[in-house]
Amino acid sequence: MYKAAVIGDSASVSGFAALGLSVFRETEPERIKKLLTRLAASEFAVIYITEPAAALVSDTINRYRSSRLPAIVLIPAIEGNTGEGMRALHDSVEKAVGSDILN
Amino acid sequence: MARLNVNPTRMELSKLKAKLVSARRGHKLLKDKRDELMRQFMLLIKENRQLRAEVEAAISEANRYMAVAGSVMQREVLETALMLPKQEVELEVGEKNVMSVLIPVFDPKYRTSDASDIYSYGTAFTSIDLDGAVKSLSEVFPKMIRLAEIEKACQLMADEIEKTRRRVNALEHIMIPDYEETIKFITMKLSENERSTTTSLMKVKDMVLKDKHHYEQ
Repeated sequence: MYKAAVIGDSASVSGFAALGLSVFRETEPERIKKLLTRLAASEFAVIYITEPAAALVSDTINRYRSSRLPAIVLIPAIEGNTGEGMRALHDSVEKAVGSDILN
Repeated sequence: MARLNVNPTRMELSKLKAKLVSARRGHKLLKDKRDELMRQFMLLIKENRQLRAEVEAAISEANRYMAVAGSVMQREVLETALMLPKQEVELEVGEKNVMSVLIPVFDPKYRTSDASDIYSYGTAFTSIDLDGAVKSLSEVFPKMIRLAEIEKACQLMADEIEKTRRRVNALEHIMIPDYEETIKFITMKLSENERSTTTSLMKVKDMVLKDKHHYEQ
């Protein structure tokens, strides 16, 4: 059985604990990187990460883009939506189609 | 376009012809694969986009509740309330094959089926906004799982489409023209050889006739 994790600042991710997800309150780039690598190697299939936290470790996240598991999904943090998650989607389209046709 | 570096022999010619046939067939198959992948990808992208907008809106709403809850309650009380969750989610991971791209399928399994088990705290000392935050998160959670699934599928398919497109282009613009040019070169060379043999035979015949029988044309 696999699990789901949430990474981000405390205020943004605390609510997910109530749903039974594994919550990791981290804001340090180095620690998030280590955490991501550790979670990806263990039984976590889905990792939700807040947009500000993801911006700090984008290279680590990109490394897992082409592997089947885990799925790393960006979610808005408590400060608001930065649109980074949508941008990742546009990146996928650009990669596949050759140009961004979503706009 | 470059001619391949091969000897102009019949052996090479028949080898190249066989290669050209399979390259053409491969090109057609890969092109079909690319088109179908692209069609599926477009459907997924559409769903992905809509789902992401919904999930982001719901999480933003939950975050607003959370911000209010955080301002009326003490940080420690808030953290304590959420410290020991009653609910627990595990994911069963399946696999779906879309045009030979293996995409994961997540099936969430909850420890308790009781919907109210998301509230891991007594309501006496917590703000009602916390309830709102937890409620809207739990409502959006199935969508979040679907989003994870579909986003991964999009990423994997984008990779595969890119790979397939490169292969199609390599076949179409490099390999097939190269083969065609080399085949043409070998055919020309062979018929040139043939002509040259015929002429020298004729010449020799003339010489022999002249020598033996004093035959003049």
